[in-house]
Amino acid sequence: MNQELFFLAILDGLSYAALLFLVALGITLVFGVMNIINMAHGGFFAIGGYAAASVGIWAAAAQVSPLWSFIMLPLVAIAVGALFGGLMETCLMRRIYDKDPVLQLLITFAAFMIFEDLQRMIWGTQPYSVSEIVNYLGVAEVMGITYTYYQLLVLPGVALVVFFALRYFLRRSLIGRQVVAVAHHREVATAMGINVKRICLLTFIAGSALGALGGALAVQTTSWVAGIGAEMIVLSFAVVATAGLGQIEGALIAAIMIGLARAFSVYLLPELEVLVPYLIMTLVLLFRPQGLFSVAKARRV
Amino acid sequence: MFRSKFTRLAALAASALVLTTGTHAQTGKPTELKIGITTFLSGPASVFGVPAKHAAELYIEQLNAAGGINGAKIVPTFIDEGVGSDKLLSEYRRVVQEQGVRVMLASISSGSCNTIAPVAEDLKVMNIMWDCGTEKLLEDKRYRYVVRTQANATTEMVASVLYLLRVKPDFKTIAVVNQDYAWGRDSWELFSNTLKALKPDVKVVAELFPKFGATDFSTEVSRLQALRPDVILSTSWGGDLDTFVRQSAQRGLIRNSLFVLPLAESSLERLGNSLPEGVIVGARGDHYFLHPELKDDPKLKNFVQKFKEKTGAYPIYSVYHMVQALDGLVAGYDKAAKSNKGQWPSTEQLADAMHGVEFRGLTRSVKIREDGQGLEDQLLGVTRKAPGYAFPILDKMAIYPAELVTAPVGQKSPEWVKTLKPEIINSPRIKTFASADK
Repeated sequence: MNQELFFLAILDGLSYAALLFLVALGITLVFGVMNIINMAHGGFFAIGGYAAASVGIWAAAAQVSPLWSFIMLPLVAIAVGALFGGLMETCLMRRIYDKDPVLQLLITFAAFMIFEDLQRMIWGTQPYSVSEIVNYLGVAEVMGITYTYYQLLVLPGVALVVFFALRYFLRRSLIGRQVVAVAHHREVATAMGINVKRICLLTFIAGSALGALGGALAVQTTSWVAGIGAEMIVLSFAVVATAGLGQIEGALIAAIMIGLARAFSVYLLPELEVLVPYLIMTLVLLFRPQGLFSVAKARRV
Repeated sequence: MFRSKFTRLAALAASALVLTTGTHAQTGKPTELKIGITTFLSGPASVFGVPAKHAAELYIEQLNAAGGINGAKIVPTFIDEGVGSDKLLSEYRRVVQEQGVRVMLASISSGSCNTIAPVAEDLKVMNIMWDCGTEKLLEDKRYRYVVRTQANATTEMVASVLYLLRVKPDFKTIAVVNQDYAWGRDSWELFSNTLKALKPDVKVVAELFPKFGATDFSTEVSRLQALRPDVILSTSWGGDLDTFVRQSAQRGLIRNSLFVLPLAESSLERLGNSLPEGVIVGARGDHYFLHPELKDDPKLKNFVQKFKEKTGAYPIYSVYHMVQALDGLVAGYDKAAKSNKGQWPSTEQLADAMHGVEFRGLTRSVKIREDGQGLEDQLLGVTRKAPGYAFPILDKMAIYPAELVTAPVGQKSPEWVKTLKPEIINSPRIKTFASADK
């Protein structure tokens, strides 16, 4: 493998890692605050993609400039998060916060399957896609290889913006600090006058919106088919488990690790491509069962 | 005590009576013929399964309006293949054993066919494999109750290689990007062995098998751009194929290499103008709504029109395969009834009649050989933009007769393809069609 290919593999790996990170971030945020592994997260990813495709198809028909995508896609993600995530939190999650983890897992998995059927009801089974924004932004030549600006700049850019915004929000803003407080200790936070119910709802909506944003960004280059949520959720779990549940910075690093490893394997050992994320996860968990970045203390976000 | 025992006995006797009359109705001439159809209604393969279900409903309605099979109305029960093979098998058994279905149309996935075929043989139920492609199934074992009403993977892959060698005889390098599961691997083995036999100097520069259902091929596209192969093959389908084509087109890979997509007929309308001109596309059969010989044939034309009215889309190959299976069944019943002096045939008589039956679906006729394998001709073409369509149509089409590109009865495909000679590429039995506007 020469130097050029090495550089190309890094570019490919990073753009993939960006998407992976956005989806994993939602899972890890929800776990950090509510201590629940949300299997339905893949559903938000899928619905986000479908919704973005529908909006994109509408926008193309109405001849709206593709540049509006930069505003529309986040809005779609927030709408999906607020609607489906909000509904799921108030109707389901609220009742199971203090239940057995196995039961929580089963219930969120059931929600995932309900979302799958809901997608089939609304969008049917034929693949959906939009790519106006990708075509609009055009392509760049990097060492003789054509890349789209979308994957070179937009995906990693959005991931970094979201990462820093979330960090800033959690550390500096009032609500962010309340979220951290709830993550520390629910009862103490309640005793200090924090409206835990509201914080949980907000966090869950934010987590869901992050999943939906991942979908909205991915659908620009991918054909959206039935069952796509399950594919993504498995891989993001590998990221979250490698990083350690509830670790935001860790999720970023683990996503980059897995993205890069996958890209390098396509160049060097294509047979291993499918296996590589799980190999990394297994290796990490063998030596650090709590994940790479978990430390034994109460704070999780 | 006595009373309750008595009523229970009476109920038992009554239900036994119902059961025996039920089975009697099947051996005598029934008023309705129940058939089971397995198809993907969920998961990624529902891109084939759902249109095929629409086709079945539409075509059965049409058949029933014309009197059904020998006067018996066809009543379908649909089973979702997307539930996984264990559940599929128990559903299959349930329909056969509890609902008394004697004819099954199964399945789309080769994995499902592998699971079901031996069970069908055990249950002595007529099983028509209506869409799955694995050639191994009927080559490894002889079945009495299992037939296939369309081509197998060998027919499809050999025809694809021949068409590629006709369109671009002088290429030097090839790369493959297939889905990482049985079909992706097996079809590449058939394709590459055929290619090696016919053009031994071709170099395979990359064999990529991304995960089934992969959503991102950016690394594969980068690597292929660096390698610059003359030809890129992908036998992928559904969302995987659409995504791969879209990402390749966005990044200009399709302009640098000749793409060969043997299953892309089913993606043409969806991909629309993402798919550029000059890509080799196969149809898993000779069916295409602009069939060069039959596009004005009333049967094909009417069905295409009705299907489009019902679903808003042109039929894809799984739709034609479904119609072919139903037409094959009708032909089988006709043939069996004829040799049974006009009486309604037993399942055994039907199964025997299906071997050797010849029938026509929507396009060219299909013959089922004595080993149960259908001989279905293969159509390939090159994409071209055309006025009046929002997606590319096929141009420079060629139709390959099935006998030419299928392993003969008793021979195994992997060995047979190695014996192919280059003369076959320009065989006079291949029918070629000039470009539409010349």
